[in-house]
Amino acid sequence: MTSNTMEATAASAVRSRRDAPPRPGGGARLVRRRQRWGWLFVAPFAIVFAIFLVLPLGYAFGMSLFTSTLATGTEFTGVANYVKAFTDPLFLEGMLRVLAYAVVMIPAQLLVALVAALVLDTLATRVSKLSRLLIFVPYAIPVVIGALMWSFLYSPRFGPAATIFSMVGLDAPNFLAADSIFGSLVNIVTWQWAGYYMIVIYAALRSIDPTIYEAARIDGANGWQTATRIKLPMISSSMVMVITFALIGTLQFFTEPVVLRSVAQGAIDAAYTPNMYAFSLAFSYSQFNYASAIAFSLGALVFAGSTVFLFLTRKQSGLK
Amino acid sequence: MRSKLLAASGVVAVAAAALTGCTPGASAESCTNEILQPDATQVSVWAWYPAFEQVVDLFNETHDEVQICWTNAGQGNDEYTKFSTAIESGSGAPDVIMLESEVLSSFSIRDALVDLTEYGANDVKGDYSEGAWKDVSSGDAVYAIPVDGGPMGMLYRQDILDEYGIPVPTTWDEFAAAAQALKDAGAPGVLADFPTNGRAYNQALFAQVGSTPFVYDNAKPTEIGIEVNDQPAKDVLAYWEKLAADGLVGTEDAFTADYNTKLVDGSYAIYIAAAWGPGYLGGLSDADADAVWRAAPVPQWDPANPVQINWGGSTFAVTTQAKDPEAAAIVAKEVFGTEEAWKIGIEEAALFPLWKPILESDYFRDLEYPFFGGQQINKDVFLEAASGYTGFTFSPFQNYAYDQLTEELYAMVQGEKDASQALDDLQVSLEKYATEQGFTLQ
Repeated sequence: MTSNTMEATAASAVRSRRDAPPRPGGGARLVRRRQRWGWLFVAPFAIVFAIFLVLPLGYAFGMSLFTSTLATGTEFTGVANYVKAFTDPLFLEGMLRVLAYAVVMIPAQLLVALVAALVLDTLATRVSKLSRLLIFVPYAIPVVIGALMWSFLYSPRFGPAATIFSMVGLDAPNFLAADSIFGSLVNIVTWQWAGYYMIVIYAALRSIDPTIYEAARIDGANGWQTATRIKLPMISSSMVMVITFALIGTLQFFTEPVVLRSVAQGAIDAAYTPNMYAFSLAFSYSQFNYASAIAFSLGALVFAGSTVFLFLTRKQSGLK
Repeated sequence: MRSKLLAASGVVAVAAAALTGCTPGASAESCTNEILQPDATQVSVWAWYPAFEQVVDLFNETHDEVQICWTNAGQGNDEYTKFSTAIESGSGAPDVIMLESEVLSSFSIRDALVDLTEYGANDVKGDYSEGAWKDVSSGDAVYAIPVDGGPMGMLYRQDILDEYGIPVPTTWDEFAAAAQALKDAGAPGVLADFPTNGRAYNQALFAQVGSTPFVYDNAKPTEIGIEVNDQPAKDVLAYWEKLAADGLVGTEDAFTADYNTKLVDGSYAIYIAAAWGPGYLGGLSDADADAVWRAAPVPQWDPANPVQINWGGSTFAVTTQAKDPEAAAIVAKEVFGTEEAWKIGIEEAALFPLWKPILESDYFRDLEYPFFGGQQINKDVFLEAASGYTGFTFSPFQNYAYDQLTEELYAMVQGEKDASQALDDLQVSLEKYATEQGFTLQ
């Protein structure tokens, strides 16, 4: 069949369909035709998504079902790696540690971001524009560079702490010791991410219709009341989003402790967070199979955690 | 209409192919160096020696059949991580790789290294000392060709010791006394550092009293003997525990920017070092301009029966992914197999040769080191240290063992447990790990 006749046939088919009286089910066919185009449009993404996400995930999941030991080789063991993961004290301790980070770090970031956003929202001067930029700048610095920079600031030798504390006649604390590393890491993350969350919250505040404030003022609300009774409830969906981001990021805590580990090996061990544990299992100890199981376990916990959170806040986020 | 649709899907397919970036069997390797004989067999090499490019050029100039294509894939663990991933994926490893002798078992157990006895390794056996050869072999198999070693000595600041009137310690008792004297004299620094992340360094201190942490032979790959908590090792660790608790030595992590500065700015008067230590010190910034460095033998427990120890040292191994193992073995055997190459290695890279023709030469023995005010440190210290070294057996999970050692030592200097408990706990964790990994404990 030549292309000419093909086109002719196609054309006549279209014409005959158009001439035919509408039949039940014709709409469904149209939908199906449209859907075919839809698939074509999502194809570029779908292919990339499949090759770079679904395939590696499937591969990693497959790996996690095998056990490979140094001495005896690889064998299929089903969920044995998962059983081991959820009874592995190193994994569980790491999990508890990131939960502790979540409890401290997320409120800290949120508080800084919220206060900054609320203040900047009420100001309309040139100073506010500049402050907005300055608060946001840490987020523009690559995480590794930021952490490296802080590792130098924390350094007992190169950091400014020794000089500052000696001015008031005190010994500088060691920011990299076992009992202070927690706070040091919280500080780095808050410094880096508060600006980003501030921008998200600020954008949400800007989208509130200013006539509402006017109405509130007429009703006699002061600045504090406007902020807590009007602004906060109206941006609750953005707040939920910000907390979700922060929660997922904290549970997957990795880059900052890895960078600080190079200057505080004793205080930050190889299994400090579950992500670091998976990394060192795979790349330092060549246990790729168990590392995959740890990674999937962490993924499952992160998924469960964020789902529970989104469920609990479904009213605020408008998902209900 | 239809042709447009076809064209569109064609574009998508092309884009997908471009995005995945698949070029199977990419053989156009990028070399850091220049290939002089484009038609010769090319052997890819990963190594991180300083000034190695000159050595590679020398090799390529003198070999018509084989050419080295060299890449610096990172130092130590950075390189091992890449190599480990390449082993797992089955491709991407170089033909020849620089490995420290301590990790050879970790890779040979994964069938990643070629047994070089088939490729004439024993022809060059006579060029190396027995201790050096033992480090690269397991049973009858030879997994690498030795390159440089790390016989240990004591580098000290003559100016600081003189200032406080402290004699150069020759035994560990004198060392402890010197540490006390330095503190009593009110010196701003301490005598030395005891890094909890010293890894091979800490291990070497235990080895001086005969600690043999691992018994392992590749011929019986599922059996391993572990003994890290013998009494002599506990005694050594208790010695350092006391020095650290009394504040007579530092407990800073090694290999950090802080530590590097303290090594050369007078914070530590003594640096217990391997033969590559002087090269390491020479490369550090912020050094005291008027520092007077000298080298002496490492302190002894029993001066009547001195025991020499070793820290580090590297080798060239041929990987099982090598396209032409024979050519790769030639590279491994010959790249540091000439006096010219070694002169570069010694003078530019501060390596300590294990290749006997240069090790035993007058040139090397009498070499004067400007860093030590012209002292002939090889004659005075390191040659004897090297000749006394009898080899060491590492575990096939050495990286894990070192990480655990670091954790236990850190817990000890934090005061959470004493030396004896730290090594007992280390023993338990290593035995548990070995069992999990399918080994039978001897």
